[in-house]
Amino acid sequence: MKQMTLIAFVGALFVFASGPVMAADPIATLRGAALDIQPKAPMMTRQVNTDIREVRIYPEQPPTIPHKIRGYQIDLKTNKCLSCHSRTAIGVSQAPMVSITHFMDRDAQVLAAVTPRRYFCTQCHVPQHVNKPLVENQFIDADALLKK
Amino acid sequence: MLAKAVDLWKLLWRPSRHFSLAFLTVGGFIAGIAFWGAFNTSLELTNTEAFCIGCHEMRENVYEELRSTIHYTNRSGVRATCPDCHVPHNWTDKIARKMAATKEVWGKVFGTISTREKFEGKRLELAKHEWARFKANDSLECRNCHDFEYMDITLQSPRAADHHTRLLAKGEKTCIDCHKGIAHELPDMSGVKGWN
Repeated sequence: MKQMTLIAFVGALFVFASGPVMAADPIATLRGAALDIQPKAPMMTRQVNTDIREVRIYPEQPPTIPHKIRGYQIDLKTNKCLSCHSRTAIGVSQAPMVSITHFMDRDAQVLAAVTPRRYFCTQCHVPQHVNKPLVENQFIDADALLKK
Repeated sequence: MLAKAVDLWKLLWRPSRHFSLAFLTVGGFIAGIAFWGAFNTSLELTNTEAFCIGCHEMRENVYEELRSTIHYTNRSGVRATCPDCHVPHNWTDKIARKMAATKEVWGKVFGTISTREKFEGKRLELAKHEWARFKANDSLECRNCHDFEYMDITLQSPRAADHHTRLLAKGEKTCIDCHKGIAHELPDMSGVKGWN
């Protein structure tokens, strides 16, 4: 036991001592600057507010939100999203209704209202920003993949 | 007692013996200006945000909620203060609201909403009062700044333009029908029309 502690101590000492050396290594990171330098914060980008539905890049993808949602309250008391997207609200709002899958419990039994497990919209659905990707993305759409 | 009151009544209706007519009219006029100035100044003093958030019921509560919303912080720095939305700007309506607000003094004295929990308990009821007021005056306090006549629909997002032309322009809906909870947190909305 004592030996183990000693090994751990020496190990910790080694990691500590080699820390600065590792920071100096030219490792490609998203940070873009050494650890001891505070890089300039990038500009805030514009949130997409086109109200145009985006293509899903794979069938199960939760659709993105094509509008701003600043201040939208989603908690135990209420859900602002549902004030437009609920089954009864879309007559006035003309917004797309929440999918029927959101009414299903985990046994695929369809209930009368949105189930608690699908209640918190922004767990899956998110608004978008127009951003240049920080790293190259090699994602291939399923359709393109099938043709390969 | 009654005889004294009758005497006073008679005195009030008798012409003045010691004061000139000029003194009474000019003096009365000046006194009137002083009274009116004092009345209106103190009224306007109660119509400021500093007065509203002078009590913790507002300051550590609904005012904190407002601070992250667009009506408090935004790109152009134009903002709404409490009375801009909660007190009518028109004088007679303002006085009517101020008289109704005497009940809030009662609430303050008896600590009706002296804690966050008490406030949350009454939130739906209080919110309903405001919604009813906005609904009754066609969201006048919104329109004091957001005048539909000067809205450029083409600069709005497609869904906003659609809703404003389809529902607001025709008078089918008023601002508060869709924009509830724009400046403060919403209460439990179950049972409120249009909400689930």
